[in-house]
Amino acid sequence: MTALVERVRKLSRPARLTIIVSVAVLMMTIAEIVTGTTTLTSRSTASAALRLSIPILLAGLGGLYSERSGVVNIGLEGMMIAGTWFAAWGAWSFGPWEGVIFGLAGGALFGLLHALATVTFNVDHIVSGVAINILGLGAMRFLSSIVYTPETGGSVIQSPPVTGVSTLNFPFLSGGNLFGWHTPDFFGWLELQNIFLLSDFAGIFRGFTGGVSWLTLIGLALVPLSAWLLWRTAWGLRLRSCGEDPWAAESLGVPVLRMKYYAVVISGMLAGLAGGFLVLVQAGIYREGMTGGRGFIGLGAMIFGNWLPSGVLGGSLVFGFGDSLSFRGPAVVRSLILAVAIGLFAAAVYAVTRTRVRTAVIQALVAIGFLAFFLTVQVVPNQLLSATPYLITLLVLAAASQRLRMPAADGARYAKGEAR
Amino acid sequence: MVQAPAVELEGVTKRYPGVVANRAVALTIERGEVHAVVGENGAGKSTLMKIVYGMVRPDEGTIRINGEEVAFHSPRDAIEAGIGMVHQHFMLADNLTVLENVILGAEPRDGLEIDFEQASRRIRELGERYGLNLNPQQKVETLSVGERQRVEIIKVLFRGAGILILDEPTAVLVPHEVEELFDSIRDLKGQGHTVAFISHKLDEVLAIADRITVMRDGRTVATVTPDEVDARQLAELMIGSELPSPETRESTVQDEVLLEVRDLGLLSEGGRPVLEGISFRVRRGEIVGIAGVEGNGQAQLVDSLMGLAPSAIGDVVLNGQSIIGFTTRERRASGIGLIPEDRQRQGLLLPSPLWENAALGHQDQEPFANGIWIDKRSARVRTEEIVSRFDVMTPGVDVPATALSGGNQQKLVVGREIMAEPRVLIAAQPTRGIDVGAQAAVWEELKSARSAGMGILLISADLDELIGLSDTIHVLFEGRLVAKLDPSEITPEILGSHMTGAGEAKAS
Amino acid sequence: MRGGRFLTAVVAPAVALVIAFGLAALALLLVDINPIDAYREMISFGTTTASLIITVNNAVPLFISALAVGIGFKMGLFNIGVEGTYLIAALFAAYVGALFSITTVLHVLSIMLVAVLVGALWAWIPAMLKVKRGVHEVISTIMLNFIAFALSAYLFLNVFRAETAGLTLATDLIPESGRMPSLNPLLGWFGIEPRAGANLHGFLLVAILLGIFYHYLVTKSRFGYDLRAAGINPSAAHASGVSPNRMIIWTMMISGGLAGLVGLSQLLGFFNQYPQDFPRNYGFNGIAVALLGRNHPVGMAFGALLFGFMQRSALILDLRNVPKEIVTIIQGIVVLAVVIVYEVISRYVQRRTVAAAARATASEPETVEAA
Repeated sequence: MTALVERVRKLSRPARLTIIVSVAVLMMTIAEIVTGTTTLTSRSTASAALRLSIPILLAGLGGLYSERSGVVNIGLEGMMIAGTWFAAWGAWSFGPWEGVIFGLAGGALFGLLHALATVTFNVDHIVSGVAINILGLGAMRFLSSIVYTPETGGSVIQSPPVTGVSTLNFPFLSGGNLFGWHTPDFFGWLELQNIFLLSDFAGIFRGFTGGVSWLTLIGLALVPLSAWLLWRTAWGLRLRSCGEDPWAAESLGVPVLRMKYYAVVISGMLAGLAGGFLVLVQAGIYREGMTGGRGFIGLGAMIFGNWLPSGVLGGSLVFGFGDSLSFRGPAVVRSLILAVAIGLFAAAVYAVTRTRVRTAVIQALVAIGFLAFFLTVQVVPNQLLSATPYLITLLVLAAASQRLRMPAADGARYAKGEAR
Repeated sequence: MVQAPAVELEGVTKRYPGVVANRAVALTIERGEVHAVVGENGAGKSTLMKIVYGMVRPDEGTIRINGEEVAFHSPRDAIEAGIGMVHQHFMLADNLTVLENVILGAEPRDGLEIDFEQASRRIRELGERYGLNLNPQQKVETLSVGERQRVEIIKVLFRGAGILILDEPTAVLVPHEVEELFDSIRDLKGQGHTVAFISHKLDEVLAIADRITVMRDGRTVATVTPDEVDARQLAELMIGSELPSPETRESTVQDEVLLEVRDLGLLSEGGRPVLEGISFRVRRGEIVGIAGVEGNGQAQLVDSLMGLAPSAIGDVVLNGQSIIGFTTRERRASGIGLIPEDRQRQGLLLPSPLWENAALGHQDQEPFANGIWIDKRSARVRTEEIVSRFDVMTPGVDVPATALSGGNQQKLVVGREIMAEPRVLIAAQPTRGIDVGAQAAVWEELKSARSAGMGILLISADLDELIGLSDTIHVLFEGRLVAKLDPSEITPEILGSHMTGAGEAKAS
Repeated sequence: MRGGRFLTAVVAPAVALVIAFGLAALALLLVDINPIDAYREMISFGTTTASLIITVNNAVPLFISALAVGIGFKMGLFNIGVEGTYLIAALFAAYVGALFSITTVLHVLSIMLVAVLVGALWAWIPAMLKVKRGVHEVISTIMLNFIAFALSAYLFLNVFRAETAGLTLATDLIPESGRMPSLNPLLGWFGIEPRAGANLHGFLLVAILLGIFYHYLVTKSRFGYDLRAAGINPSAAHASGVSPNRMIIWTMMISGGLAGLVGLSQLLGFFNQYPQDFPRNYGFNGIAVALLGRNHPVGMAFGALLFGFMQRSALILDLRNVPKEIVTIIQGIVVLAVVIVYEVISRYVQRRTVAAAARATASEPETVEAA
């Protein structure tokens, strides 16, 4: 057993991740068999998980750009709120893609404010972020009262309905159209065959490739784009140097202050896009409070992802999955609780093989707790259901190893020409 | 035709609030020469070089590079003019690789991307040509101090610098690393580069420089060649009075052991031992010196003794009582004091008034505490005592600590620790970065404290300070104490070779 | 420099207020509303006796919330969780308070105790997460806000709700002995006779005591010294003997305890039960007040009164067809403006202080950062 584990550890990172994910799916499949549901690995859950993860992903990427340049951005939530409002207004006044542009612009505006406060005036980054959140809430409410209240369907806290961005199905994989020809639906077919594990994977992939919004594809594309931009271009290197050691960057002539501005405005834009996504892909309307803390969950994804684009993607998928659960109903959450219990028991066994007895005991105890909850609670109450994404975020962050490495000068007070 | 000088400064003046860093400085550095600029801490050398490098703008004066007058607005302009600066405090991003640090700001392109291949090749070429070998893919945080300096030099050469400014390059090196550096400098000179070398280490300067300019109080005092002067004359030019030197004096060491450290050890987060088997004693009336190149465990030793590293193993016995399980607060209460090596980071609350700073470390003791309250009145009285006895120049005890100069801040820290009358005082780099006057004052206070029976653990990278003050010297190398020496019988060379682990064999 | 303290403490918030009201006036102008008229309406309505009393009532929970946030700020901790904390604490306090009836003083004190304990416990969670797992408290407290919303909704509907068959959902009424008396008799001594319905909440006295407690704790006690040192320079504080973990836990718990009391002025002086729509936003507005008041009890008191005043006087705007949300945008701008202005002014003051001190100590050749 230990030898097998050792061989797994030596594999490359993508291979290890695939194995971990496969094991997770296995846990969920087993849980489903026990509870008699199929929802955990169904296409609708996967589709919802993907859809709900995009705003978190975009917010997390926004946070990444900002923090990689050394500016902590707690104000993502406020920038996202601005994004929701402006995107709805743009879509309502013009059309969905104009809504996207306006969402970007709204977020960028608040990003600019944050940059002004932190980079030019050297306000504490977290204080400024909190102020941006408060301002975002107040300003959007004020704008709503002026713009939406007179309209039908509008009020201080919501806009009239708007048209959203269109979706697509992937050809062959999910029966999309290819030049007018309706292609077969491979994953859909496989899912219905009810083969153990294989059909569950098919369900998940079908959810990922069917009914996908164009904004989703844009969001996903931003991940490899960001990785390339930050690690393979000169601009990206200079930006990262501002977050690692701005004094070294300054001594080599890098315009540190200017780069921080770029980074923070970009992060505002991405948060604004996240807000736009909420309006144009999910809700079809602006509603006050619709961001629901996702800006902060995005930060959580960024931290969990160790400030790497690929990590942010992984984190946002996990948190998006958690987010989707609160909509799927109590039975699904119950299955998940069982799955987590099984997973923790497995992790405890693994910890024992690495002779980390204390960790194993803690994990086993928590697993027992989850199991007890599963056995005693038949129906998870609705009110508690709404806490699922936040609870998951909290637990994941608490459990994530402390070997996370943030940019060395993240949050540091930097002023041009001053010593360290 | 005579070539224009590489660097020519005339009438350069720079003022800061309360001090004139450079006064009408005139300096000429010829092309292809190694020119040293010497002076004590506070003489204005670094400010001058920052002006040449474009990091600081002069208030008055002209600067000519290779015959042409220039006005730099940023280091970028200086880099373009062919000037490169190797800073005293390295400007390297730990989390980035050698390659990333070197090319930052001057990245070779391949379309939209960085041409990593070309960069890597060039770095290896430069390394071979000047004996500065490095692995471009290594993360800087894993490099030793000497290797980091090489990165700094390659950084400068990568940009085609013809004129190199080295700011106190040997401050963190031991003698044989200094030799390697000098070889590289000679190679550079051979290839036609001009080198400006800032230092206060006179014997080194005499060994490598073609010409030497002496600065004092912001002015240039003289420019000489090495055959014209010897070290003593240079020193006199630098400070106008005798350097403090190791004196023969009455030993005040008594038999009573105040602090005994037995087999102290500490593992890093990765499980590597950063301290191993540390054992030594500090007796009443004794200054025990710990010599060592920075990064060999000094900070960890201090942390372990002060209780800031809870996973330390072994035993620490103070006055016969084992304190290894004590918290920092309890250890201080038992009689250990600390002058931290970085006063701003570990020793002061910069925005707070002086009297609150005087309480730092002693906020639960007399006279600062009164039950659960802070006794502001008594604290101010004590602070005034510290200020007058230790000659801290300040308009009052209510000014924030940040208003004091470095030297006065240090005097305050030293004063508050000594006046708390600890049994044992740990002094880590007690005279780092302060002016000569403050340095002499601190040394005198340490000696007085020793005469009064205090035991002092002196951890320093300044060999003269160690030899001048200590009664016994241990050498810390890679987390172990590798030698115990008598200051009256050693020279900086012997000490230096122990500090690099070479031992007695490489004594000369 | 002389007057430096005055500049930073008074001028900075004042400038920020001017900027905020100015920008809001601009916004009003853009929608064809005369800002002068709007402001005048607000002031005339807001300065009636009844309005002033309600202003003070509004200010009390904001002040206590600011104290809770401020003590965290002093240590460099960001407790954004006051919002969720006060709701769940008020819920428990309302439920427990309705269970029995004893002499007033003891009854009220025990209700307060429940609130403090629940609040401290709820704040203990993010403290432990930070100390043991390194989770940043901003994220954890915000997550816990949402969890608190969900938890209190669940507990309210399923456990704590009163069994009455009425239209309003609320907990059982707290008996007379558990309610804070109105302070109107006190006002009567000064010849002030407010109209019926405008009661000055008795909890004001508790708020004042809490403010005094905060001041003495933070500026005069040894604990406060350690707290401020840890906030200014964690490394130096650690080296001086302060245990960072203990500080984090104690500070968060005190902050949480204070947060727990935020809802009690309304609970014990007005509602006397916990209704489903218990007032919200005291937590977030408390952050704004703490920033406006620079974490100083007097500043925060003024800030709370200002916000309370704006909250009250905004009501008149509805009747005059001015969007009362103008107040929320003023509050939002004020927060951002005050932190910027404060930074600028304090930097200026610091430069002058350093320069003055340098001049005052003659012209020794001083080191300039490694010259």
